[in-house]
Amino acid sequence: MGLRATLVALAVLLPSAVAGQGHGGALRPTGAVASDAAPERPRRVVSMNLCTDQLAMMLAAPGQLVSVSALSTDPRSSPMAEQAAGYAVNHGRAEEIWLMEPDLVIAGSFTNRATVDMLRRLGVPVAVMEPAYSLAQVSDLMHEMGRVLGRAAEAEAAVAAFETRLDALRDEVEARPRAAIYHANGYTSGDRTLAGEIIALAGFDNIAAEAGYPMGGVMPLEILAMADPDIVISGQPYPGASRSEEILGHPVVRALRDTAVGAVLTDRDWVCGTPQVLNAIEEMRDIRRRMEAE
Amino acid sequence: MTRLYALLVPLVVVLCVVSLTTGPADVGMAESLRALFAGGEGPMTLVMREIRLPRMLLAVMIGGSLGLAGAAMQGYLRNPLAEPGLIGVSGSAALGAVIAIQTGLSAAFALALPLMALAGAFAAVLILLAMAGPRGGSLTLILAGIAISALAAALTSLVLNLSPNPFAANEIVFWMMGSLADRSMVHVWLALPFMALGWVIFGTVGRGLDALTLGEDAAASMGINLVRLQWGVVIATACVVGAGTAVAGAIGFVGLVVPHILRPFTGGRPGALLLASALGGAAMLLASDIAVRVILPGRDLKLGVLTALVGAPFFLHLVWKVRRERA
Repeated sequence: MGLRATLVALAVLLPSAVAGQGHGGALRPTGAVASDAAPERPRRVVSMNLCTDQLAMMLAAPGQLVSVSALSTDPRSSPMAEQAAGYAVNHGRAEEIWLMEPDLVIAGSFTNRATVDMLRRLGVPVAVMEPAYSLAQVSDLMHEMGRVLGRAAEAEAAVAAFETRLDALRDEVEARPRAAIYHANGYTSGDRTLAGEIIALAGFDNIAAEAGYPMGGVMPLEILAMADPDIVISGQPYPGASRSEEILGHPVVRALRDTAVGAVLTDRDWVCGTPQVLNAIEEMRDIRRRMEAE
Repeated sequence: MTRLYALLVPLVVVLCVVSLTTGPADVGMAESLRALFAGGEGPMTLVMREIRLPRMLLAVMIGGSLGLAGAAMQGYLRNPLAEPGLIGVSGSAALGAVIAIQTGLSAAFALALPLMALAGAFAAVLILLAMAGPRGGSLTLILAGIAISALAAALTSLVLNLSPNPFAANEIVFWMMGSLADRSMVHVWLALPFMALGWVIFGTVGRGLDALTLGEDAAASMGINLVRLQWGVVIATACVVGAGTAVAGAIGFVGLVVPHILRPFTGGRPGALLLASALGGAAMLLASDIAVRVILPGRDLKLGVLTALVGAPFFLHLVWKVRRERA
């Protein structure tokens, strides 16, 4: 009985004893861990998400940003790959990031929760940013990035430039072509997504909403065929092969893509809510103008 | 016998029509069949001819093939547990297909896909025969089958995980469970020649399988060439299972359940069971493929889920029966 009670007591006490040591030791207290615990103007910032990487590279002061994610150096997914090559690369692992001794880590809301929690337990302030689902959120994100980096003025200027260029891209469109965004596994993006807003601003109507997918989702091939869009926009195929992407070569999709403008592909400019989306909008607007000219 | 076919043939025909008229596009039966046969400019013709028709054809072809292969293997091995999905033939075919796709072989040369799957199936059947031929017991067959299945599944997962394509690893479940979603006439034409060859060979083994029920010596004395019979079953099984798996993934239990249900109606003659099982297999796969579209229309529920739900209890029942017979 005595032995057992001791063991139980040990089992209960040990974890808190270890944690207590953590608190008292080299680590900062874990109580205030949200981004508000971050210094006003962080000096060693690590970004671990493709999209926060781009905003951070845009807005950070020279030397302020230490590291970006490995994905940012891949030109297939990152429009700022060349610039990213100038930074140390992280792979989103708590250990390597901790060793970089950051005073602020910026993560996306889809970043591995366990990693974010681990960093916070270690006392590193982590700012978590949502991905953008609309063009309006792109401005919000730039403001937020400016705030966490202590570069509000730079962010203000970047937002102004972004919104000016965005307004310039709005066209008076009489006949809006009907477009479908169709990715591997039959995934479509609805109106209320970044891709949906990109094509809407470029002057297209998205068939996803009329087919019953306002938020996007898996749209069966039959529904796509019945909607009979004027243009099908899909993702770039990845290297290697997959059955998921095979659907884009299905005779039905091929028939729909057999238009004057040919196959239209989304690329790295479509991925993140950054000013890069302006390039995507511009490209889609040019495609629509070409369709009009036909 | 005639009564059995009078039941099975209309059943398959009805299921074909239901399969053609089941889908997310909300169009009436008459209109969809008109679009299929009469054609026309509208998108419905595209839907019928490029989406639903190949799906229906593949269900018939693959279901029939699996029924045939199950009946022939059970007849040849004189073992009711022999079934291409369970003993690793389909799994090995899937491995062959995955290798063909991931090495880029199938992109360079379209027939490489069914050929590699066929090679995988062929290798698996050969190993099984070597380990548990006509004289090996049920236990040896099942154990060898488990080992081959496990190895094929592991290697398939490995190849897909090594792929640079981010979607590939998620496709393990397709290769293990099978699906007919989003197939096209291209897949029908890829599979058909190999399946047709298999069907023709299966057509010639019926008499030999009947004779084999009397024992090998008796069959040999009746003028049956046992070597030729064995190779016939092996090659035909590899052809039909390989071609089917290459385009639809591994679908289990069809070749187990169907011959088992139909055997009493064919007087226990393996030769007669072949055609009946082909029809029964087509009916079972058509029904499963209709069910996956009705149960979860928006998502690609895998065929193997349904066939296993029906087939696994059957399998346990058969194991129980085999055990009692041995005791």
